[in-house]
Amino acid sequence: MTTMQQTETRYPEAAIEADAEVPAIHIWRDFQATPAQLFRAHTDPELFSSWVGPTDVGADITHWDARDGGSWSYTARGSDGREDFETSFHGCFHTVREDRIVQTFTWDGMPDGVALETLTFEDLGDGRTRLHAVSLCDSFEDRDAWLRSGMEVGVNDGYAAIDRMLAEGSL
Amino acid sequence: MTDPLSRVFAALADPTRRDMVARLTEADHTVNDLAAPYDVSLQAVSKHLKVLEEAGLVTRTREAQRRPVHLEAEVFDLMTKWIERYRRRAEERFTRLDAVLARMQDEDPDNPAIPTKQEGTAS
Repeated sequence: MTTMQQTETRYPEAAIEADAEVPAIHIWRDFQATPAQLFRAHTDPELFSSWVGPTDVGADITHWDARDGGSWSYTARGSDGREDFETSFHGCFHTVREDRIVQTFTWDGMPDGVALETLTFEDLGDGRTRLHAVSLCDSFEDRDAWLRSGMEVGVNDGYAAIDRMLAEGSL
Repeated sequence: MTDPLSRVFAALADPTRRDMVARLTEADHTVNDLAAPYDVSLQAVSKHLKVLEEAGLVTRTREAQRRPVHLEAEVFDLMTKWIERYRRRAEERFTRLDAVLARMQDEDPDNPAIPTKQEGTAS
């Protein structure tokens, strides 16, 4: 069992990095799947809606055209623990390829803000595939607002809830 | 950048400042102590400290002559919490994605990502 994998980083759980040079957020995660399967889970609307939304409710896909130049939109409903919320997102598919998806991403609560998302699916060669997602935001302020919002809660409601949790020490 | 969190991120964007913060998690240090390992002028170190101070990450006591630099752990923890919370949200999504992929695996035996899970089913 001599191996050179000691220097190889594995991501059995999501790792996040706020880029220091540009207003981007990086996420890495390894999956027990082929790149083709991970690609399908990101491009088949039925599959995508079954995992992207909040746990109990999921997301309603309102528009879906996963090809170069196509577009998408979905609405997520859920609860922040105190009240229900509904929030929607939309964007355009720029590149839809088995190993790479490039798309724009807008939270409809801030319609002038747009992030450029690049997802890559890297075959690790042992039945696993690494997802690397980069979200490049308009500014550091927007990027940091995303980090605070957790992307699923309406920003104002979310901030209030987060502030409460921080005050209570439950975060 | 007026947003406090943005100032924290910007302050930590520099590797020397990140290293200074890492050393301050262990104990307070004087500016001279802090400067010792780096091949830069004391003036450059003071400039880094000013950025960290403006971000609220460190403070310097006024009374003592040596004015040790102190890490404001609460500000640092707050930022760590935002990121950890974001990470947990992402991980929740990915755990659901794991389940979706496992189901696809079952429905797609010609393309097994985990051969061991399929053993016994081969003809």
